[in-house]
Amino acid sequence: MSRVITLKKPVAITTHSCVGGKKEGKGPLGDYFDMISDDDYFGQDTWEKAETEMLKRSFYTILKKRDIKPQAIQVALGGDLCDQITSTAFCYRDITIPFLGLYGACSAMAESMAIGACLVSGGIVDNALCSASSHFATAERQFRTPLDYGGKRTPTAQWTVTGAAHSLLEREGKGPFITRVMFGRIADLGVKDANNMGAAMAPAAALTLKEFFRETGEKPENYDAIYTGDLGMVGSVLLKELLQKEDIELTNHQDCGLIIFDRESQQVQAGASGCGCSGCVLSAHILPQMEQKKINRILFMATGALLSPTTTMQQESIPGIAHLVEIQTERN
Amino acid sequence: MKTSKKEYSRMVEKASPPSRLVKNCTWAFMTGGSICALGEWLYRFYMNMGFIISDARLMSSITLVGLSALFTGLGWYSRLAKRAGAGTLVPITGFANAVVSPAMEFRSEGLITGVGAKMFVIAGPVIVYGVLASVVYGLILFFVSPMGR
Amino acid sequence: MDYIAAFITGGLICVLGQILIDLTKMTPARILTAFVVSGVALSALGLWEPVVDFAGAGALVPIVGFGHTLAQGMKESVAKEGFIGIFTGGFTACAGGVRASLVFAFIAALLKKPNSRE
Repeated sequence: MSRVITLKKPVAITTHSCVGGKKEGKGPLGDYFDMISDDDYFGQDTWEKAETEMLKRSFYTILKKRDIKPQAIQVALGGDLCDQITSTAFCYRDITIPFLGLYGACSAMAESMAIGACLVSGGIVDNALCSASSHFATAERQFRTPLDYGGKRTPTAQWTVTGAAHSLLEREGKGPFITRVMFGRIADLGVKDANNMGAAMAPAAALTLKEFFRETGEKPENYDAIYTGDLGMVGSVLLKELLQKEDIELTNHQDCGLIIFDRESQQVQAGASGCGCSGCVLSAHILPQMEQKKINRILFMATGALLSPTTTMQQESIPGIAHLVEIQTERN
Repeated sequence: MKTSKKEYSRMVEKASPPSRLVKNCTWAFMTGGSICALGEWLYRFYMNMGFIISDARLMSSITLVGLSALFTGLGWYSRLAKRAGAGTLVPITGFANAVVSPAMEFRSEGLITGVGAKMFVIAGPVIVYGVLASVVYGLILFFVSPMGR
Repeated sequence: MDYIAAFITGGLICVLGQILIDLTKMTPARILTAFVVSGVALSALGLWEPVVDFAGAGALVPIVGFGHTLAQGMKESVAKEGFIGIFTGGFTACAGGVRASLVFAFIAALLKKPNSRE
């Protein structure tokens, strides 16, 4: 049985939006965000409220771009990094549309799009609104230390993106289109260092890609680009090495975690991470290029590290997961 | 997957950039040294003001703690620590930062369940094991060493 | 001269901490705990007092000095109060630093929201 799901009817990504924080605004993609807030609190009094507010801004932006009312959305799918994914839930507490909360850590964008595409393609719903968000401060205080604690980041650490992104999937539209999806299997090669997420997630990325290529007969060079979510510098190197051992030469690889910030001047160590990382890069960088037909066929694969602060303290290794979405400018 | 855990851990080791030891140590030395020199200056200052030795030492500690709290509150301490590493971690100012930063951070969870409960979430182990070690020393002094009696 | 001794000694203790961070898998919390316990042990063995005599604040400001203060406090209280001293001593000696941290932390929490980082 094939694990790659070929959508009987390709699904159109009709609109997308993304909102970022101050540091994201100063990065190479700064001008391509729909909205940048110079205030990382987004006018709120707690970091958690800030993340919810950021998601809401992205939500209203996509509605405005598509010119529809909230009631037109048949199902919203999405996730974030906060305990019990409250940032997303609280966003849809105020905007009461049908909501499916997903937790796949930083794989949220690909996970929600893969599920949404299946629902739309199968004729279950007319449209699906997918989202992912992360906030540097909510992630930091939950997974690491207080913001004002003086800690030195290790060279393998990654910087959580403050960003929220939405994409709207519909049956009809001029594309780009999602043509195939693949839900990842969990991979864990024993990495325990919570400051080396790229290394923890690279095996999952390698596993999904390997199985995708084996089952479909596709080759990396058949794609204009293969985007991974947030492997960063360390994870990207490891992904290539792992695939080499499986006799796959990974060409055209790009990592969202190395696109959103200027790694040297913005001091983000090994790169960026967080659900918002792949979500914002997709909306601010990848999809616009496809709309302009600069690139026509890509794989978008977001990776997630399925750990919690408790499992880290209990010395557990970090399980990784990677979900894959194939996007093309033509339906074919 | 053809890669074993053992093999992968070697690959991770190789792919992970090492810390810049010399640069980090230089920063740690300069910052840590400066904080200690400031401590010495404060001690002398309080001695000149007429405090006895132990009180002058205590006053200088309290002043350093206060300065650290001020820097932490203004968001400067973490900015300095980003480079200084152990230079801002090891002095008593680092201890103060470890108490002040969670207090500020968890204010949003309330004065009791946030500030009160989380204040020592980082610095707690230092007090717990410091006190336990001193109790072991006290027991040795009392039961073993005749000097203690 | 005293400032130089304080600077160099304190600086070197911090360098030791930095080496532990960079070359071992020890987290900062573990290093601080190890330093305090070492401070108690070094002081108990009579090895830290000479360093304090030489470097002053250079030996007292680093967290090792906190351990030293704990041990000295314990020594005094056991000498004065015997067995009961084991339970009362130690902590009083370093109470100033801890209490100051606690009070300033509370004030900071009342006055200031956590700062954004870049």
